[in-house]
Amino acid sequence: MTAPAEAFPQLSLVEQERRAYRRGRAHRSSLVAGASTVIFLAVVGTAIVLSPGWPRVKSQFLDVGYGWEVLPDVLRGLWLNLRVLLISALLVLVLGLVIASARTLRGPVFFPVRFLAAAYTDLFRGIPLIILLYLIGFGVPGLRLEFVTTNVVVLGTAALVLTYSAYVAEVFRAGIESVHPSQRAAARSLGLSYGQTMRRIVLPQAVRRVQPALLNDFVAMQKDVGLISILGATDAVRAAQINVAQSFNFTPYVVAGLLFVLLAIPSARLADWVQLRAIRRQQAGGAA
Amino acid sequence: MSRTPVLALDGVAKRFGDETVLRDVDLSVAEHQVVALIGASGSGKSTLLRCANLLETVDDGVIRLDGEDITDPRVDPDVVRRRIGVVFQAYNLFPHLSVLDNVTLAPRVVSGVGRSEAEDKAMALLRRVGLAEKATQFPDRLSGGQQQRAAIVRALANDPRLLLLDEITSALDPELVGEVLTLVRELKDQGMTILMATHEMGFARQVADVVCFLDGGRLLEQGPPERVLGHPVQPRTRQFLARIIEAGRL
Repeated sequence: MTAPAEAFPQLSLVEQERRAYRRGRAHRSSLVAGASTVIFLAVVGTAIVLSPGWPRVKSQFLDVGYGWEVLPDVLRGLWLNLRVLLISALLVLVLGLVIASARTLRGPVFFPVRFLAAAYTDLFRGIPLIILLYLIGFGVPGLRLEFVTTNVVVLGTAALVLTYSAYVAEVFRAGIESVHPSQRAAARSLGLSYGQTMRRIVLPQAVRRVQPALLNDFVAMQKDVGLISILGATDAVRAAQINVAQSFNFTPYVVAGLLFVLLAIPSARLADWVQLRAIRRQQAGGAA
Repeated sequence: MSRTPVLALDGVAKRFGDETVLRDVDLSVAEHQVVALIGASGSGKSTLLRCANLLETVDDGVIRLDGEDITDPRVDPDVVRRRIGVVFQAYNLFPHLSVLDNVTLAPRVVSGVGRSEAEDKAMALLRRVGLAEKATQFPDRLSGGQQQRAAIVRALANDPRLLLLDEITSALDPELVGEVLTLVRELKDQGMTILMATHEMGFARQVADVVCFLDGGRLLEQGPPERVLGHPVQPRTRQFLARIIEAGRL
């Protein structure tokens, strides 16, 4: 970080002393941080290992051999989660953008559209995802409409999309409203229509600003995809559950959980990176 | 003047809630004329410009562009705005578009000009104002003066009948004001019709054909710059100019 002292041979004594002091402080801080981390982990680890039930928990939850055995089943389930995730993510983006645009329409003519969009977000942000999954997964087939599917994967995806597009719509709306009105004024004064102004000027700037928040919602959705298992879809969670029911050993849950974490790590790092880039851009003084 | 003015305001009034911002304003801008609006902050200069561009709807009176009543609600504002170029105090360039895309946006999206044709014309305009080598840059890489010149070029790209300039040098560092004013003077020499709100009295005196003094939303006094700035009739105008002179800006 700091340039080597040789690069500035004429550094004053005051500056040399300041740098030496800062180096000393930095060493001390990293020592303290490292030591406290090690001690903390050691204490927690010892407490778990020394607990009276540890041997039993270990064999029930952390049976490595059995874990490998169920891995193919769980992985097959995870592949379903992944497909559901990608399709839902795309649908959520589109639906969220449409609802956010509807909610930001101006003028009394669009009151019904705005009202419906607001009601949508209120309803689907408010309702717990599990309840919505039950209502759609069991309620819709109950209607016995011939043209509506009874496939639990499709119905589960629909419930996910309904819930998450309500969240994402609000993220987009915040982005749209963060674009300064002078940008609209400039676009309209050039003769662009409302729609052209939204598409060419407002939305591109809005989407850039909310990228980190969108990725955060994506990471959250990644694990909520596992909830479609409650409808009976054989995803990673369900595959683990089936194995647990057969063996009365909980290791498959741990395997599924670890796989979800592995799935989330790349997205989380991507989110961090996008956020960092957004901050750097703002500090550079523009949204270019 | 016998010919139809490019812009004519007739009894224009504008209110924001209980506050009357413009009252009974009559004003006309003839072709190739430069008309300067002066007055304190809050006197209604910007609102007048926004009304002329239909960014605000008037509460009374009529505004005509080339004789056509543009305050008629049956008129499509988007079509009217294509004929008017606006430059804002804070430039309002689009930060996510390059300078070139800022300039070509309206011709391509609004007038349906092809990209290559629009870019050729934009490059010619940018060259004229000395910004050709900045064409691919994003606005935040430009100085304030360069941004404002780019914004002027953007307003010119649609071949407007009328240019509205809203205190376009107010946000600039003093040493950058000159380059922007030089460009406005060139535009006048090329015959552009301009209505501008300004705090640069010296510039108004040199460039404007007519100076209008606004006070509390009323157009108190208008005439040639030598008369309005040199021998104002209205006491309010004298007061305003005295304050300006005191601040060393005339």
